[in-house]
Amino acid sequence: MQHVQTRSDAPARKSIFDSLELDTRLLGMIGAFVVLCLVFNLVTDGRFLTPRNIFNLTIQTVSVAIMATGMVFVIVTRNIDLSVGALLATCSAVMAMVQTVVLPDWLGLGLGHWAIAPLAIAAGLATGAVIGGFQGWLVGFLGIPAFIVTLGGLLVWRNVAWYLTNGQTIGPLDPTYQLLGGINGTLGESLSWGFGLAATVFALVYMATSRRNRRAHDFPVKPRWAEALLGLVVAGAILGFVAVLNAYDVPARRLARIFESRGEVMPEGFSAGYGLPFSVILLILIAAGMTVIARRTRFGRYVFATGGNPDAAALSGINTRWLTVKVFALMGVLCALSAVVASARLTFHSNDIGTLDELRVIAAAVIGGTALAGGSGTIYGAILGALIMQSLQSGMAMVGVDAPFQNIVVGAVLVLAVLVDILYRKRTGER
Amino acid sequence: MAGQTGTPLVEMKDISISFGGIKAVDHVSVDLYPGEVVGLLGHNGAGKSTLIKCLSGAYQRDAGEILIDGRPAAISNPRDARRYNIETIYQTLALADNLDAASNLFLGRELVTSLGLMDEAAMEAETRRIMARLNPNFRKFAAPVSALSGGQRQSVAIARAVYFNARILIMDEPTAALGPQETQMVAELIGELKRQGLGIFLIDHDVHQVKALCDRAAVMKNGQLVGIVRVDEVTTDDILAMIIAGKKPAHLAD
Repeated sequence: MQHVQTRSDAPARKSIFDSLELDTRLLGMIGAFVVLCLVFNLVTDGRFLTPRNIFNLTIQTVSVAIMATGMVFVIVTRNIDLSVGALLATCSAVMAMVQTVVLPDWLGLGLGHWAIAPLAIAAGLATGAVIGGFQGWLVGFLGIPAFIVTLGGLLVWRNVAWYLTNGQTIGPLDPTYQLLGGINGTLGESLSWGFGLAATVFALVYMATSRRNRRAHDFPVKPRWAEALLGLVVAGAILGFVAVLNAYDVPARRLARIFESRGEVMPEGFSAGYGLPFSVILLILIAAGMTVIARRTRFGRYVFATGGNPDAAALSGINTRWLTVKVFALMGVLCALSAVVASARLTFHSNDIGTLDELRVIAAAVIGGTALAGGSGTIYGAILGALIMQSLQSGMAMVGVDAPFQNIVVGAVLVLAVLVDILYRKRTGER
Repeated sequence: MAGQTGTPLVEMKDISISFGGIKAVDHVSVDLYPGEVVGLLGHNGAGKSTLIKCLSGAYQRDAGEILIDGRPAAISNPRDARRYNIETIYQTLALADNLDAASNLFLGRELVTSLGLMDEAAMEAETRRIMARLNPNFRKFAAPVSALSGGQRQSVAIARAVYFNARILIMDEPTAALGPQETQMVAELIGELKRQGLGIFLIDHDVHQVKALCDRAAVMKNGQLVGIVRVDEVTTDDILAMIIAGKKPAHLAD
């Protein structure tokens, strides 16, 4: 029996793409992204695809991408969160006040104390979790539509942030805290290589073990060459990304200042690359963590089951109300992490931080293939969606497109992306 | 034939459920013995599904008592029902369309590794094992169940009920969406489960099918129990009369 099954599970395969078992939607998005980059690179005479611009693009994407991973869960469960930008502002305001007023003055730690950054971040994460969880409770237990709860939240939290700071810009923020902003905290060349190698080894080992696992159960597996090719592509992508970020050199003047502050003299001809920013590493860890949650934990399974058929989920004994609270609380925590990255990048908290981010985050998730009807969406898709949006925006800025027209294009692209997705689903017969 | 001696597997005593002043179930009592199939019949809205949903934990009863193995059972949600080995196959199948067969089979009871992560391989292996028994032609283990035919979906739903060692099985119109061949498959399966000693509540509209598959038939009308009869003591016309007129046939009236 097993023998017959295995054979019929693997019908005669023709194309290379079938053997690779790749997500065609993902391929389409990567293709669109590559075309976008090449076009901008052409129009800007090669200024778009420089290490410097790729570095900037990456750190600009982080904040929206972190929130987009959480928005996937929210939309998959057939909800929406319009309050993420405002919640980011509230978390940012809390963290700014904690690190500039509460800890140094009220608790007398003084500015620059080592505990300030971790405590401020902890306060921000707690704020995000509590507010997110509260909104989830309103949705899950009181039955108020998420659209309304978070539309209210958009106004409420934006202005709670205003009151927390009396509408003032708060800064400069703690130097340790600023390390998470992007250019102010990078891993340097050798450690970036180390991280890249570790990530590559991890990815390859993961692929090998899951293949062995399937073999052990006599499940059909991809041909060996397909697996090897995929491994090569993954390794190349990771190490290539590290190489590009390492190729962006720290400006000589900045290096000189660093040496000066250490009381040393910079050797002649010394140069150093930035390497991976801490904020990007944070995003990578969040992406990996969220993917594991989505695919390998019961919580993630319940998120997708609830999105696919809420009644079935409830009848299977899943507490869908409590699940809603958890999903929104997770969204809140991710907003707080985004707030760390966003305010650290600016080096201060400003009143308008995160304005319109809710739209960017939702657009990133949707462009990344998350269906508003619920039940389907991927973490990597949302991150790629965020990257596409950011590339579009900064590419147009580099080309010199008027700011109003940039927004017109971004809006049109969002609608077009969803149309393409609908046509794609129709063709493949997906729901 | 299952002897109606000893302790019934399930006793539902004097159950009442109302929704906003309307009595959906009005003082109904039914019981079920091991190895027995009890058909529940009645028009749409007669209260069959509502009655059975308070056994499966989807609804709360307002009054009455449920005994399992002669002991009072507290069932306030689907999880509780599962603890008593009560499994339900709903009319609407209650499958998450976007997930594959294994995910649906184990939904709410996933197998996990020592790290607390889901053991996908083990779940798929178990799914392949049970499907080989229930529906040997089943192949689409990687596809979401939305891509399956009615019969395939039904076999996933049944596999879910059978896999977890149900003692009490509730089937709400299990063949409503199926073709003749698939209906036959379900009928054979009911026979096999019966031989294994399960008690089965079968909600169905098809009187002939009830006559063929069940030991007893309970007929409901407007939320009330018309009567419970042994199917071999009545004709299909008798049962139809009970459904339509709401009265027990004259020769059985007591």
